[in-house]
Amino acid sequence: MPYLEVDRVTKRFGMFTALEAVSLSIERGEFVCFLGPSGCGKTTLLRAIAGLDPQTSGTIRQDGRDVSALPPSERDFGIVFQSYALFPNLSVADNVGYGLKSRRKPAAEIKARVSELLALVGLPTQGEKYPAQLSGGQQQRVALARALATSPGLLLLDEPLSALDARVRARLRGEIRGLQRRLGVTTIMVTHDQEEALTMADRIVVMNHGRIDQIGTPEEIYGKPASAFVADFVGSMNFLTGRVAGPGRITLGDGLAIDCSHTMTPGSEIRVCLRPEDVQVRGITENTANRFPVTIAELEFLGSFCRATLRASAPEVTLTADFSINLMRDLNVGVGKTLDIALPADRLRVFAGEAAG
Amino acid sequence: MMDKMMRGGVAALAALAVMAGGTALAQKVKLTAYTALENDQLKIFKDTIEKAVPTVEISWVRDSTGVITARFLAEKANPQADIVLGLSGSSVAAFAKQGLLEPYTPKGAADLKPVFRSGANPETWIGMDAYLSVVCFNTVEGGKKNAPKPMSWKDLTNPAYAGSIVMPNPASSGTGYLTVAAWLQIMGEEAGWKFMDDLHKNVAVYTHSGSAPCVQAAKGERMIGIGVDMRGAREKTAGAPIDLILPKEGAGWEMEVSGIVKGRPNVAAAKLVQDWVASQGANELYGKYYAIVAHPAVKAAPPNYPEGADKAMVKNDLDWMATNRDRILAEWNKRYDGKSAPKN
Amino acid sequence: MALAEATLVKPKASSDDIVMRAGIAVVLILLALFVAAPLWTLLSKSFHNADDKWVGLDNYIRYVSTPALMQSLWNSLWISLLTTAIVVPLAFVYAYALTRAMLPGKALFQAVALIPILAPSLLPAMSMIYLFGNQGMLKQLLGGGEIYGAGGIVASQVFYCFPHVLMILVTALSMADQRLYEAAEALGASRWRIFWTVTLPGARYGLISAIFVCFTLVLTDFGIAKVIGGQFNVLATDVYKQVIGQQNFEMGAVVGLILLAPAVLSFFADRYAQKRQVSLLSARAVPYAPKRQRGRDALLFVFCLVIAGLILVIIGIAGWASLIKRWPYNLSLTLANYDFENFDPTGWGPLWTSLKMAALAAAIGAIAIFTAAWLLEKSRGFHLVRNLVQFLATLPMAVPGLVLGLGYIFFFNSPSNPLNFLYGTLAILVINTMAHFYTVAHVTAVTALKQLDAEFEAVSASLKVPLPVTFVRVTVPICLPAILDIFVYLFANAMTTVSAVIFLYAAETKLASIAVISMDESGFNAAAAAMAMCIVFVSLATRLLHLLLERTVLAKLQRWRKR
Repeated sequence: MPYLEVDRVTKRFGMFTALEAVSLSIERGEFVCFLGPSGCGKTTLLRAIAGLDPQTSGTIRQDGRDVSALPPSERDFGIVFQSYALFPNLSVADNVGYGLKSRRKPAAEIKARVSELLALVGLPTQGEKYPAQLSGGQQQRVALARALATSPGLLLLDEPLSALDARVRARLRGEIRGLQRRLGVTTIMVTHDQEEALTMADRIVVMNHGRIDQIGTPEEIYGKPASAFVADFVGSMNFLTGRVAGPGRITLGDGLAIDCSHTMTPGSEIRVCLRPEDVQVRGITENTANRFPVTIAELEFLGSFCRATLRASAPEVTLTADFSINLMRDLNVGVGKTLDIALPADRLRVFAGEAAG
Repeated sequence: MMDKMMRGGVAALAALAVMAGGTALAQKVKLTAYTALENDQLKIFKDTIEKAVPTVEISWVRDSTGVITARFLAEKANPQADIVLGLSGSSVAAFAKQGLLEPYTPKGAADLKPVFRSGANPETWIGMDAYLSVVCFNTVEGGKKNAPKPMSWKDLTNPAYAGSIVMPNPASSGTGYLTVAAWLQIMGEEAGWKFMDDLHKNVAVYTHSGSAPCVQAAKGERMIGIGVDMRGAREKTAGAPIDLILPKEGAGWEMEVSGIVKGRPNVAAAKLVQDWVASQGANELYGKYYAIVAHPAVKAAPPNYPEGADKAMVKNDLDWMATNRDRILAEWNKRYDGKSAPKN
Repeated sequence: MALAEATLVKPKASSDDIVMRAGIAVVLILLALFVAAPLWTLLSKSFHNADDKWVGLDNYIRYVSTPALMQSLWNSLWISLLTTAIVVPLAFVYAYALTRAMLPGKALFQAVALIPILAPSLLPAMSMIYLFGNQGMLKQLLGGGEIYGAGGIVASQVFYCFPHVLMILVTALSMADQRLYEAAEALGASRWRIFWTVTLPGARYGLISAIFVCFTLVLTDFGIAKVIGGQFNVLATDVYKQVIGQQNFEMGAVVGLILLAPAVLSFFADRYAQKRQVSLLSARAVPYAPKRQRGRDALLFVFCLVIAGLILVIIGIAGWASLIKRWPYNLSLTLANYDFENFDPTGWGPLWTSLKMAALAAAIGAIAIFTAAWLLEKSRGFHLVRNLVQFLATLPMAVPGLVLGLGYIFFFNSPSNPLNFLYGTLAILVINTMAHFYTVAHVTAVTALKQLDAEFEAVSASLKVPLPVTFVRVTVPICLPAILDIFVYLFANAMTTVSAVIFLYAAETKLASIAVISMDESGFNAAAAAMAMCIVFVSLATRLLHLLLERTVLAKLQRWRKR
């Protein structure tokens, strides 16, 4: 049985529908990210799960218990906000021990637990300080320790890293993930940062306009996006317009027919997607399918690889491709050079055209 | 935690309740007297009353005539005063008319001048003394401007006094109204309004209080104040360079009276005080402050008070004053207040 | 197969919700009893005649047909607007200097600026007369003009309203996030631009409140207009004329109702401003620490010096007047004016009564009003009740004291009212004072509360800590400066209040502020000034105590603000 089940949850604010019949389930110990642009409903869903802003309709079950109507204090979760919401007038230790104190635990036990938690988040010596005396990253860890102090069954993270600078953010990603693995606490994190979601999550829930577009592992989301939106939002993607020619055949741009598996009816407008790193350059022969010549229009150096902008005249399309430095050297790639590329049929993904989608 | 807050709240409420019940109980009968007597008269009046009527203790609630009258009327559903002592006759007459007073004819009431009695049987109120609306003239300020000392109301329309006169607004002050009403009665309505039109040209300010004009004249804030006589006399006694003038046309006046409040537990004790009010001894006390008192045998001689107050009193038709009040105030407002663009 | 429609969720109230709703309900009942009911009792008179017969709108028609009305209305409006236009910018700059600049003697400047709040409203009017009256020391400055009239009213009102406005703006400006400023500076914004884009928007809520507070203060005060207004009629003196001059309660109620209009307006403006207020002091926020900017600081220092100097002059004049034998003819000095028994048999008694009343009103009021504001801000659901409470909290500001006082008589003195036992006690003065000055205290509390991180309560709930505990452990300590400000505000106002309590005091509970009025009216102006100065001294002593407390205990409790 899943640890958390969200069943057809709808949230309306007056005339505005923030969540539309959202359903999903999360297994015990899973780390799930709600990913989407701002206003997609991910924070609304998180707050509904916490009971902070209860949903209008639908059911939420946690650990087999229907918590839909329960106030936050009767649910079982710890939460970390983007603002951290640390109590500025309490010391770090008092912040972490805040939830323990009211459970009438002996002082010594609280103290031990607080030190344990501070050690866990890597701040063993900062207990006496006030939040204002800590850096943003340190405050973030205190908030995490406070949320974990009462050993909640569910940890909710609302954009916890978005206020930090890039370096600290990158480091904390790993730390939070590691901590979550060690404690095995079921975790939901809301983020608009796809890289964050891809690196941290067991599964990602991609949301758009109050609906879930796709739920899947990072590999699935990246490799097999279920919609044009997901394809576009996660990672870089080439979008080419085309039309269905027949079963297994499509035409790109103004007429190049290529192989491609799809389920569309012939004649319908489509969008064809391909990741830049999936553009095939090596080993192309006369027999390679979906092959056509392109000219390199631009090259953008990105450290370990280059992103090339490629222009083709037949079909008349522009697309980007990632070339490793290795490949660049082998093929002597440079701006203006013409070369043959192929679009591997098994890497192409087809979605209904702009009008339909 | 909530417990603690609740207990705090209960404690606070308890404290309020204790304060509420905390009005000390003395052995003497405590009488609450509403009054507009002068502040500095209160102590001696209290001492004298308590000496004459040893079983009572007087607690004053003192304020200006308007405030005390408004307060008494606002409280009429559940009166808080046992006696009104030293309040203007027109106010108390209105109380009597509304049946708020306990009729009682004190001993010796028959000896008093008839005008100082309510005329009802038994009496609803008893007069104590009378004060006049007079002219207070600051001789220093007059000298600076070389202005003559006015002897009559008519004199006040002299352009030499332009912007130098202060008088009470009849809409705010009882003294103001009795002054205006007296003018209309002695001059007749048409001439009265004409006179006020002329006077208006010289008036700097209409105050909201009847005592302010003579005080302002005493301080040299204005050269001439039209206001309550004893206020002027007292200022002069205290050293202010002012002369009191009883205008030769006669002056409006008002009584201070006393009445017992109906429906209070201590009516019997209040009656004893009312007996004192009508006594000759009491009238001798009034005579120290007021030129005219109720008892004919008492020679009133307040210091620094001009001769002839008796004769200066105009014939006052209280009924006429009461029935025409709204009309006169409306007319007055229309002429002098409605268009009262500030003069500066 | 069509899916069954998902079930609608009816959120269950938590124990916190229940406690908070109960609390709000209690607040509503108290406000209904001590604000709404007395007002309603009086205002219903505006539809009756003197014999208590229903006359519909007759009184209104009669009043509107009086030519003086439009004049008074117009006069009231423009002097209120003018005073507001003068006070709010002055107080804003002063508050800015106190909170955002590096000035020497800040505490002293703040203390001096708040002095006017410690003085009865009569005091500035008295001083104005000593300065600019016909015998005034600086009369020639007016060039033949008169202080009696609009000029005198506005000048006195500016003095009187300044600290009220300052208090709100200091609270609004003192909670700021250093990081916003650092970010703006990093983006290369000019100081002027930072001021317009960060400082001003951050203080917007406080500014709007300050404007309404100032406007309604001027609109409803009759003490100043009565003493120095001369021929200049305003609505508040119209109430006085009707009620005190003619005992015409019905017409007084009519004007009172007209005066209530700004309250309704400010209620909606407040709602509007509230919707747009974002919390500024999140936990991540770094408390603002002002930095030295020589040019600006020097300018602000001079500005504060001038304002504080003017305030001291006005107070000083009253102090000096209280020591003069006979103005203006004998200027030798004497202490005789402080021998109050010579002027009023109650002598020094009223001062002690005032002290007791003020201490109770301030202590009970600060705790109760802050708690009520917190309940209002942090409870969930219960919209109708909360809106009602919010409205009733905004209402007292706009109620002229005279109207509230009369309402108290009619309501509490009614023999059928079970609360009748309160009438004539010190308790009713305490309650009346809290009710009368509720709004500013409430606004101060709300302003402070709005600047807290909105998620404190969510965190608290997730940790299963009851909200009242978080209130005591977190909210109150963070807001302690604001709570103390409320205490000081209520105390000072209780010491100086006149118009509402003038109908309510009993023989044993005469207040010092009333003694000032009655001695002034009796012509004992110097003694009145002396009593007014005593009030100032008592309140000043409380303030110094507060300052001392701030420096010692509070500084310790507020260590966490330091970076």
